Amino acid sequence: MDFIDIFCIILYMVASVLFIMGIKKLGKADTARKGNLMSSIGMGIAVISVLISQDVFDGGFFAYLIIILAIIAGSVIGFIWAKKVEMTGMPQLVALFNGFGGLSSMLVAISQYCALKGGSDAVGTDAFTSLTLGLTILIGAVAFTGSLIAWGKLAGLKMFKKNIVLPGKNFINAGITFVAVLGIIFYMIDPEGGLGLAGILITTIASLVLGVTLVITIGGGDMPVIISFLNALSGLAAAFAGFPIGNTVLIVSGCLVGASGVILTLIMCKAMNKSFASLLFKTVKKKASSATGEHKEPKALSVEDAFLILEAAKSVVIVPGYGMAVAQAQHAVKELCDVLEENGCEVNFAIHPVAGRMPGHMNVLLAEANVPYEQLKTSDEMNPQMPNVDIAIVIGANDVVNPAAINDESSPIYGMPIVNAYEARTVFVLKRGQGTGFSGIENPLFTNDNTVMIYGDAKQTVSQLVVEFEND
Amino acid sequence: MDDQTIMLLIFVFIIAAFLGVELISKVPSQLHTPLMSGTNAISGITIVGAIAACAINMDNHALGVILGGIAILFATINVIGGYFVTDRMLSMFKKKEDKKK
Repeated sequence: MDFIDIFCIILYMVASVLFIMGIKKLGKADTARKGNLMSSIGMGIAVISVLISQDVFDGGFFAYLIIILAIIAGSVIGFIWAKKVEMTGMPQLVALFNGFGGLSSMLVAISQYCALKGGSDAVGTDAFTSLTLGLTILIGAVAFTGSLIAWGKLAGLKMFKKNIVLPGKNFINAGITFVAVLGIIFYMIDPEGGLGLAGILITTIASLVLGVTLVITIGGGDMPVIISFLNALSGLAAAFAGFPIGNTVLIVSGCLVGASGVILTLIMCKAMNKSFASLLFKTVKKKASSATGEHKEPKALSVEDAFLILEAAKSVVIVPGYGMAVAQAQHAVKELCDVLEENGCEVNFAIHPVAGRMPGHMNVLLAEANVPYEQLKTSDEMNPQMPNVDIAIVIGANDVVNPAAINDESSPIYGMPIVNAYEARTVFVLKRGQGTGFSGIENPLFTNDNTVMIYGDAKQTVSQLVVEFEND
Repeated sequence: MDDQTIMLLIFVFIIAAFLGVELISKVPSQLHTPLMSGTNAISGITIVGAIAACAINMDNHALGVILGGIAILFATINVIGGYFVTDRMLSMFKKKEDKKK
């Protein structure tokens, strides 16, 4: 080992430590920004380290030229994208970036294979190298196309509007997975020959298809889980990409990301009372027939009347959901929050872990509107106080406040922890129109005696309420 | 690759997995999005693999160089975009006192 190799390894160690400390700091609100900065410095050090490594140095001038040009182009695109995106477009952007990570790992593995074919001795022909190279392609490709589909669904592209049902999707997915694994086995048997080439092609194509078939059947409400899962996959793909070239910094940081993605996935599943397996493998059942024959009509209320009730309220809890994001109502909600507080009312937000389309979606939107994070409470924190709350305002949320989850065993969401908005003295539900929302599940909250509906665009309704307060 | 190296790499992998679980398991739900987006940027570490893969193909395999170059491009978008977007989100999380200043 000569000096430069040792130096590179030391730099990789420094980078790995920075990633670990960065992730730790990212987990606390006060230090999160610093944590992100630390991990970005770690990334910079890792890149510098590989640039001075012997492998890249041996590549010569043209290698550096291509590498630097690609880095500059990627930096410009990434920077502009990150600055321009609207906060409401955050879930799809995260999904897309995630897909790029997966694509990159997949291409790295194929490029490593090319190096082997070209006679480079940097990539071995042993079974372990071949296995990890194949797995990198598989996981990276699934993360790539899976994220693309998730992006399409989150961005509301027309072709993904309907929930697509694949008949016998478990058989299809199992079959494709089998083919992809078969390709890896072909490659392991004969890495340098024609069978190996066929194996790489089979694995690549099958895995790209698998990402599509796996994610396309998953509905919008389950997106927080699937995004977390895809995040885990892209990390894992990066970790596996480190095995064939024995690169420890790739293994460590990829694995850290994989672990965090898996944990987020489990947290999200728990918040929905679903097992991850049921989400991936169960076909969504058609609308369950409502258990009670009695059919009540929800009561509608005008904005003026709602204002009179709000004016007298001493404590208000706002329960936001995906509808708030769609209506871009977060700034109006903050204004309402301000006028209510001026009126001597205590305002809190009760945020369900899976409200919105990605983990923590509502928190980000409300933070954008300058709502201080002490006011953002989890459902566990808020629920015990709920009976003492004068008014709960549900803005564009549905399933996360559905009491059927507690008292209707026949409901598909029975057992899911919810925000107990129905326990508040009065419940306002802001909703675009009548209907059951994306999941198609009846919500008995809407017809409760203490619930009133305020139909219309959430942003307009909230703004009108603010105007009423100001004119008062 | 010899057996000793393989075992060492697997060892590193397992330790990192457990470390990751310990690090993440107690993150408050309000930080889930920045955490996801921040770790997503870290998964762009594959840029290191992409740079190495691009370089080792230089003498022998044009397709390998091209694929490596594209991999660098996408990994860089993932890294740079991911870090900036995370920072943008985190800069919005404010305490009540900060706001009044």
